[in-house]
Amino acid sequence: MNPEWSPDEERLLDAPTIRPYVIARGRTEAQDRFDLISLAVTIRPTTGAEIGLDPEHQAIVRLCRRPLSVAEIAAHLDLPAGIVRVLLGDLFDRGFVAVQQPQPETDVLDERMYKAVLDGLRAL
Amino acid sequence: MAFGRSDSAKNPPKMPTAIKLLIAGGFGVGKTTMVGAVSEIRPLRTEETLTDRSVGVDDLSGVEAKATTTVAMDFGRISIGQDFVLYLFGTPGQERFWFVWDELARGALGAVVLADTRRLADCFPSVDYFERRGTPFVVAVNCFEGAPVFDLDEVKLALNLSQDVPIMLCDARKRESGKEVLIELVKHAYGKRPTAAAR
Repeated sequence: MNPEWSPDEERLLDAPTIRPYVIARGRTEAQDRFDLISLAVTIRPTTGAEIGLDPEHQAIVRLCRRPLSVAEIAAHLDLPAGIVRVLLGDLFDRGFVAVQQPQPETDVLDERMYKAVLDGLRAL
Repeated sequence: MAFGRSDSAKNPPKMPTAIKLLIAGGFGVGKTTMVGAVSEIRPLRTEETLTDRSVGVDDLSGVEAKATTTVAMDFGRISIGQDFVLYLFGTPGQERFWFVWDELARGALGAVVLADTRRLADCFPSVDYFERRGTPFVVAVNCFEGAPVFDLDEVKLALNLSQDVPIMLCDARKRESGKEVLIELVKHAYGKRPTAAAR
């Protein structure tokens, strides 16, 4: 703990910020693993009896029965995207979800994709 | 990396390819309106929190409370069949949140810069940003009622846009109009794609 901590500093840390970081147990290192549009889908449902899974983990597993982006999960659960990345990392590591990263900028984005997207937009 | 497009699952379910498009421009120019007009879902809001990793990227001088700065972004989604899903992100209006811009722009197919002729200068930072970064972009002039009507060539000149950057009028409230803008953007991005020059 910071010995120079003073009660005055407390006001700088508002509760809505603290709570998510408690959920993530202070971890932020996983944040760079997933993009906002990385898609997650549940591949193994939770039983509710797993050790080390918080209600927020369970909520993600339930939510991702259909593929959802990190941004969507964050919006639905009302959590900062960074926290969702950490939780998703846990679920990925334990085999509950599959995660698909978006295509790297320099890669693919091939003709077929542009054509499909254009056709899709025109058909909207 | 230990994960990727085909990863840990024994039989990973088929997932669509996610594509990111950005809607940028000054505060109140209609970014969220446009997102909402074309999105198949009601626009959602996500928050990024400024953490230690961003220090040094963003100018934090004088800001003592680390990890408490949050930036909200509105976004929408358009599914293209089973294979693709477009995510449209309104960029945060405050240009000091460059760290979020960098993250949003990474891997983005392209960007729409929304302009308001009454406050044209508001979109300069967006134009500068995408030019510098090499992100394909189009400029869409949102037609606000009562706003002076300029010739698009004049606007282009005022923005000092390079000749090949498409510019068009739009009504951010209308789905059809937003659709046209996105089509123009994807066509433009197609011509600018990294592999295009090499072929």
